[in-house]
Amino acid sequence: MSTSADQRMLLVQVEDLRMAYGDTVIQHNLNFDIRAGEIFVIVGGSGCGKSTLLRHLIGLQPPAKGRVLYGTRNLYESDESTLSALRREFGVTFQAGALWSSMTVGENVMLPLQLFTDLDADARESEARFKLALAGLPDSFDSEPSSLSGGMKKRAAIARAMALNPALLFLDEPSAGLDPISSAHLDELLAHLCRDLGTTVVMVSHELDSIFNVADRLLFLDAESKTMTALGPPRDLQRTAPPRVQAFLRRVDTGGPDTQPSTSLATAEAQP
Amino acid sequence: MRPSQVANDPEPTALKAAQSAWSGDGEAWYVTVSGDWQGQHAAIADAPQALTRQAQASLKFDARDLATWDAGLPSALWRSLSALDPARVHIDTGGLPTGLAQILSLALPKGSAGAAVIAAPLNAWARWGLKAQAVGTRLQVTLGFVGSVLMSLSRLVRGRSDMRLSDLAWQVEHTGPRSLPIVALVSFLVGLIVAYMSAAQLERFGAQSFIADLVTVGVVREIAALLVGIVLAGRVGAAFAAQIGSMRANDEVDALQTMGVDPVDHLVLPRVLALLIVGPLLTVFAALVGMLVGWAVAVLLYGVTPLEYAYKSVQALTLPHVLIGLLKGTVYALLVALAGCRQGLAAGRSAQAVGDATTAAVVQAIVWIVVAASVLTVIFQRLDW
Repeated sequence: MSTSADQRMLLVQVEDLRMAYGDTVIQHNLNFDIRAGEIFVIVGGSGCGKSTLLRHLIGLQPPAKGRVLYGTRNLYESDESTLSALRREFGVTFQAGALWSSMTVGENVMLPLQLFTDLDADARESEARFKLALAGLPDSFDSEPSSLSGGMKKRAAIARAMALNPALLFLDEPSAGLDPISSAHLDELLAHLCRDLGTTVVMVSHELDSIFNVADRLLFLDAESKTMTALGPPRDLQRTAPPRVQAFLRRVDTGGPDTQPSTSLATAEAQP
Repeated sequence: MRPSQVANDPEPTALKAAQSAWSGDGEAWYVTVSGDWQGQHAAIADAPQALTRQAQASLKFDARDLATWDAGLPSALWRSLSALDPARVHIDTGGLPTGLAQILSLALPKGSAGAAVIAAPLNAWARWGLKAQAVGTRLQVTLGFVGSVLMSLSRLVRGRSDMRLSDLAWQVEHTGPRSLPIVALVSFLVGLIVAYMSAAQLERFGAQSFIADLVTVGVVREIAALLVGIVLAGRVGAAFAAQIGSMRANDEVDALQTMGVDPVDHLVLPRVLALLIVGPLLTVFAALVGMLVGWAVAVLLYGVTPLEYAYKSVQALTLPHVLIGLLKGTVYALLVALAGCRQGLAAGRSAQAVGDATTAAVVQAIVWIVVAASVLTVIFQRLDW
């Protein structure tokens, strides 16, 4: 790989990570790093452990084996205060948004500001309104989370994750369930956060369109061999990766010759 | 192969019986299906043992006499083929009609995925061992939880807590004033029972004036606190477990944690402190209602004069009784809060799990309250307080 990502500073290092639930190994032998200022996308089939990997990276769930290093600090050997200081540099969104249901959307975005900054109430509110507007929800400040649609909850969660201007943003399927326009808006937002503010984005995604638009590098987790089978810029992987990864990526090749998906169902209409 | 449906034919074509059979030996096997596989029809027999024992074999289909079929046929075929190990038996769907073959191959296991390993059933000792281990784990979780609440409390004292005062105020309002009606009702009825029962016994000795002693001491020292504990367990402990449990199910607790907010500081501490404040206050209220009922019963039904009752009550009500009653009320409220929050935080991530956590919170709170009541009563009696 000779991308600019190579020259960037190392932010996160994952060494020999093994993920397991009880005796069932989901993934093993994962070795990769995440560099400052890149958009790093984790892809793979359903159930291959993408969200679990994200939970390991943000310190929510210790892996069965291996290390997650932030600089020289091992996430799972840090004491509670280091860990919580480290976490304040993260912004995280979960698959279903995970907005705190006892507060309004605006209060959700303001809570981290209230706890971790010295801003007064007015400044907090305007900051929260700004972040909501960035995420494309300018009118939802006073709404209850339960009154938002699934896609709006995700965008509100992204606004909350951006509240403290984190250095690292972890997003679990941010664009799943969004309409095409909101999804394009989100891609644009991520690209700007990354290019203009230097935010590092780590996301799990299935949306190949958006992966090709924004991803600097892509990590492919394979469900059958239970390990990573490809890592690199998506367009390189389209040519050089193992066949299964190529097949995955070919489903949406925006410019390539074989844009037609050829599944067995496409020809299944023929009657016996 | 399907019979041509003639549009103007009023009589539907008579259906031929759906039939299937396994044939072959050694390494080459066939499944023959024939007739009309429409609607309800018989299942296909399981693969013969001669085939399943083969180290290597191939299986083909003969569907030349298959007339018509619907979704039931691929389902029946799949059921009879699913016992075959794809690494040992090669299934060739070529002999089936195209649509049927395609649907079937979507469902059949692909390649050489290893056969599932079925764990041997555990013997009785191992099952008991696992149960004991689970009890140990639960105890460990509870102790760990109590420890983290204490640490959170020490952070609060040092001014480094993530707890918001507005959360504490909200919890106090929802657990305290809103519990008054139910506490009043329960306390009134139980007070009535105690007053009646003691009056009925004491009347036989002409000692009605002692109703005051019995009711006042009983209510203040034991009954008020116990009632408050049980009402809080049902009204508040269950709510705590459900609130925190559903927050866990929605990843809201994880969202707090990833933001560097301690969930114990933010969720548990306001609830525990709220009940520590509300518990003794509700106990005082319950005791007052109970004493009032005792007074009413004695004065109105058993002819004790109001002043005599008041005098006896004041004489009986020494400071230790009051303090012990308050202490018990506080301890029970604390146990309710701890049980509710602990079960909520340990809940699984589904609606069923939240329900289980709510039940467990109430049951655990009541068990803990009864155990604490017995222990405290024995201790205080021994100390002669």
